Amino acid sequence: MSRTIAEKILSAKSGLDAKAGDLVLAELDLMMGHDFNAAMTFQVLEEMGATVAAKPERTIIVFDHSVPAPNESYARLHQKVEAAAKRFGVRVYPPCEGICHHLLPERGHVRPGDLIIASDSHTCTYGALGAFATGVGSTDLAVGIMTGKLWFKVPKSIRIHYSGQLPPAVSAKDLALFTIGRLGADGANYLSVEYSGEAIDRLSMDGRLTLCNMSIEMGAKAGLIEPDQKTLDWLAGRVNISQAPARADEGAAYERILDFDVSELRPQIARPHEVDNVCDIDELLGLPIQSAFIGACTNGRMEDLRVAAGILAGKRVHPDVRLYIIPASRRIWLQAAREGLISVLLEAGAILEASSCGPCAGICGGVPGDGQTMLTTANRNFKGRAGNSKSDIYLASPAVVAASAIHGQVTHPGRYLIKA
Amino acid sequence: MSLEGHVYVLGDDINTDYIIAAKYRALSLSDMAARVMEDIDPDFTKKIKTGDWIIGGDNFGCGSSREYAPRVILAAGIQGIAAKSFARIFYRNSINSGLPVIECDTARFQTGDHITVALEKGEIINHSQKFTASFAKLPPFMTRVLSEGGMSGYIKKHGGLRAENLV
Repeated sequence: MSRTIAEKILSAKSGLDAKAGDLVLAELDLMMGHDFNAAMTFQVLEEMGATVAAKPERTIIVFDHSVPAPNESYARLHQKVEAAAKRFGVRVYPPCEGICHHLLPERGHVRPGDLIIASDSHTCTYGALGAFATGVGSTDLAVGIMTGKLWFKVPKSIRIHYSGQLPPAVSAKDLALFTIGRLGADGANYLSVEYSGEAIDRLSMDGRLTLCNMSIEMGAKAGLIEPDQKTLDWLAGRVNISQAPARADEGAAYERILDFDVSELRPQIARPHEVDNVCDIDELLGLPIQSAFIGACTNGRMEDLRVAAGILAGKRVHPDVRLYIIPASRRIWLQAAREGLISVLLEAGAILEASSCGPCAGICGGVPGDGQTMLTTANRNFKGRAGNSKSDIYLASPAVVAASAIHGQVTHPGRYLIKA
Repeated sequence: MSLEGHVYVLGDDINTDYIIAAKYRALSLSDMAARVMEDIDPDFTKKIKTGDWIIGGDNFGCGSSREYAPRVILAAGIQGIAAKSFARIFYRNSINSGLPVIECDTARFQTGDHITVALEKGEIINHSQKFTASFAKLPPFMTRVLSEGGMSGYIKKHGGLRAENLV
């Protein structure tokens, strides 16, 4: 039988010949929780009478959502989660080591073909490495930590094929926003999405992580890219690949196959208050902004910082704009410092913060004021998402945010990207 | 099991940030429950009564995986949710938390309607508007999870998950 990537991975992990629609009990390769949700996970574990983790070496708690602790309530919450993690003997990444969805691939916890759950909706990010990774709630994570397994309904799949090359100044973020705009906020609900085509082949690993990260914004259970040489090169030195990467069979059954020619794609922006409220940048040129953010699990990686620094080099952030930049991990911070990007960004007037989710989680790190317009590389623009329901949030690529921060208004980045 | 109550109608794409904003994470569940839907319907908790059902449109519960979302809805006194469709993670979280969730055509419901939900028959009887909406019954596995008050009750009773029980 021809199978999709989702069917292959869930078959391998359940020991069955599983097809879309089946309910399976599957062996988990990796489980992750973070400071925002893990307290409930440990509470449920205790309710269920668990005292140990089934796979402590494959269970990770990351402190990234409200770090450094902004007040005593969060400080106490962190203490509680840290103490519980210690009791269960699981691995902990302390505050500001990195954003979970960057950290796990970066530190070699993710392998092609893995089955991964985490109590965060953007867990689908790891599909960029060919892992079937999906967000769950605190209770499902607790069941996973207690037993090492979880039940899944094998999803149907859709394939999205992108032909053509992306134009200059158009990035993986634009591709993600474009796709969500076309399919809608529930266009892939319950489905596994397989991304393919020339535009995907050409994306860097950073770009692929960005694209897969946003699969959940159209409801997807997973967003996957078949591993290629670029993936294997990126993984070399991080992980030992013991299982063959899962690839879709010729003739596998897809609910839909879509084909987009992206060779003329314009930079994309999602307008308030829905991620699928997407338009070409041209419709918003000149819109004044007061708050700008480059970072989050979507766009805090090296490629993003290089693009931002390339645009901001020798320029100044507009006096009416606060530009917050948050490198996604300590290693990215260090690499950016070695490349001189940190100096460039600071000299341009950007505010740099220790690695965290920042204003995307709406708890700390640059909450916008009343009536302000925020242009951000984050992945959600729901009303109040950045911590203030009286502000408007627009989503865009790092290039668009950087160029717009200089001008104090939505600006096409094209003029800054012409290589000398 | 028959569940009776009045309904409160909300729209499409009610995301989990609207259900409970992340900034309230450090509050107790009961304090969070007083802020349910605050950003889209500031008087929501004053307008609902204990035992009410929420009626939603498409994609109810989209966005973040926070399980606080169904739990604060329960803590606010809501008995269950019927919506045209649910986002996947919220749906699982609701069952795991012991909150009944029903997928059916909700277009004709109006706030204040008096309903009876018969989970095992797959029917919502709308007494106010005199119609019956039918829905696909939950798989037996999920019904058992709900009847144990959620997944932790189910696990305590059965000692874990078994492949043969997944029907």
